[in-house]
Amino acid sequence: MAFELTPDRKAILDELLPRYPTKQALTIPLLHICQEQNGHINEDVIAFVAKTLGISTADVQGVVTFYTLFMQKKVGRNVIWVCRTLSCELAGAREITHCLEKKLGVHCGETTTDGEFTLLKAECLAACASGPMIQLNDRYYENLTPEKLDEIIDEARKRRDDKVKGAFSPVGILANPGSK
Amino acid sequence: MPVENPRILTKNYGTPQSWTLDAYERSGGYSALRKALQMEPAKLVEEVKAANLRGRGGAGFPAGMKWGFLKPVPGKPNYIAVNADEGEPGTCKDRTLMELDPHRCVEGFIIAALALDVHSVYCYIRGELVLAIRRMEEAVREARRKGYLGDKVLGKDFKLDIVIHAGAGAYICGEETSLLNSLEGLRGEPRLKPPFPAVVGAFGAPTIVNNLETLATVPTIIEMGGDNFSKLSRLHDMKDGGVRLYGVSGHVNKPGVYEAPVGITLRELIEDLGGGVRKGRKLKAVIPGGSSTPVLREQDLVNAPDPKHPMHRWHGKSHLDVPMGVDTMRGLGTMLGTCCAIVMDDTTSMVRAAENLMLFYAHESCGQCTPCREGCAWMARLCTKFANGTATRQDLDTLLDVANNIMGNTICALGDGAAMPMLGILKLFRHEFEAAIGHEQPSWGGVNA
Repeated sequence: MAFELTPDRKAILDELLPRYPTKQALTIPLLHICQEQNGHINEDVIAFVAKTLGISTADVQGVVTFYTLFMQKKVGRNVIWVCRTLSCELAGAREITHCLEKKLGVHCGETTTDGEFTLLKAECLAACASGPMIQLNDRYYENLTPEKLDEIIDEARKRRDDKVKGAFSPVGILANPGSK
Repeated sequence: MPVENPRILTKNYGTPQSWTLDAYERSGGYSALRKALQMEPAKLVEEVKAANLRGRGGAGFPAGMKWGFLKPVPGKPNYIAVNADEGEPGTCKDRTLMELDPHRCVEGFIIAALALDVHSVYCYIRGELVLAIRRMEEAVREARRKGYLGDKVLGKDFKLDIVIHAGAGAYICGEETSLLNSLEGLRGEPRLKPPFPAVVGAFGAPTIVNNLETLATVPTIIEMGGDNFSKLSRLHDMKDGGVRLYGVSGHVNKPGVYEAPVGITLRELIEDLGGGVRKGRKLKAVIPGGSSTPVLREQDLVNAPDPKHPMHRWHGKSHLDVPMGVDTMRGLGTMLGTCCAIVMDDTTSMVRAAENLMLFYAHESCGQCTPCREGCAWMARLCTKFANGTATRQDLDTLLDVANNIMGNTICALGDGAAMPMLGILKLFRHEFEAAIGHEQPSWGGVNA
């Protein structure tokens, strides 16, 4: 089925459009908006973005496959990015990763069978002085210990609102401040 | 001498609600803009030149000189693209400015726009930094409401808007031409230079790309005068001026982001600011300015007996006791980079550290140039073999060969940025790689190791 933006998300796009001299510049912002609505980027989303911006689907596909934040398959309700790069590794990122894998019962790159969590390895997230750290959906959790991690995961499992998603968008806030 | 604590860039860190316009104005914010509005644009550029402000993004290019390269084209706008795609491993300084003092950034952007006759500033922030994006966007909105932005900046006939743009997770987009491609909605692949962005940049128009901290420093320069700012540095005479943010992470007692004059030593950064190597252990190696800068050791001494040698002043001193500046670090065969050090104590396996970094570059290479695309992945695979104890002597030669064949053979600096630290580690810690042949390396410790 063809993908369409909901009216509130269409309004975000309309607000962003005049900020750029070309429509193509909206490729990344629009993909963010679509991903937040759809949960991931599939062929329908790519066709929609291409049509909306007047560019080819190949252009859009090229962008989708280039950037880490665009999910090409379905992800869990929560997405955990665990930083593996040097400063975090020196601070104990391996242990944090093992704890996460054990607690969730999945390896990095996988989603729990109940669809609650996707666990992914991240390259440096600019939190080097406060490692080890994870990004859970759109939020950073820093200076982690296995105990703190337990609390964070339990909390996320209990949370029932869908305002914060694994497929978060950093773009909505640019057009609609204070909504989150 | 104790490290000075200037509290200029970090003046508002720790103030309640420091990110709001209210807090910023209470601490004297936007007074530099009022001063700048009374000055000729050329005078603003002159002040930045006099400040000896070296770009804070890694290359250390003089910011004033870069501004001088802007080549306006009739019928085309000029742009400023702010590089806030902070992603160099070890580097976490720009994030603090955006989260804790976004109005300082906005004020810097406005003054730069006045100096360069720019009416649209694009601030490219990496997509993961949601809090930074939110704070910057809110700051822009507050500034617009207060008349600092909009059709008339504080009543002057000068129209300006700032667009906050979110990226989508790609280290390479911190490379300036890659950032421009990404801003235009393309894959973040670097462009061939020339033409340089100052001639053909964003959307085909002349563009100055500056690091976020570079621009956040501009209000202070205008407020106190370029020369006075430059003199805050210990390397004023080497045209490396002012104060800057330092980061220190890894095996130190107090990892963090600290402000200090340009030209403090690595020893001061590690001992005085970072609280020393954790658990009283010995320092093994330190990466001085983000992962692309080759490692240094305490036991290596400056060898410059010739009095005419630029490094002669520090002849016989440990590398840790040389002031950190763009040119001094180059003199040690490394780079100042982003000025964010990664400290490793004597329990660290340099083979594992190299593996960690090479896996990073293998993941982040954009894939455009063969030497980098294939070479980074190849170096990572070889390092993994050394870490697992399955490498042979031949692999050591191959590793060197691959690294040497990346250097200078790619469009952008990412390939060099991977090969340089690899070659640096091999030069200083070759014995660890030799010892790793047939022996698995100790695994990484946990959070309390």
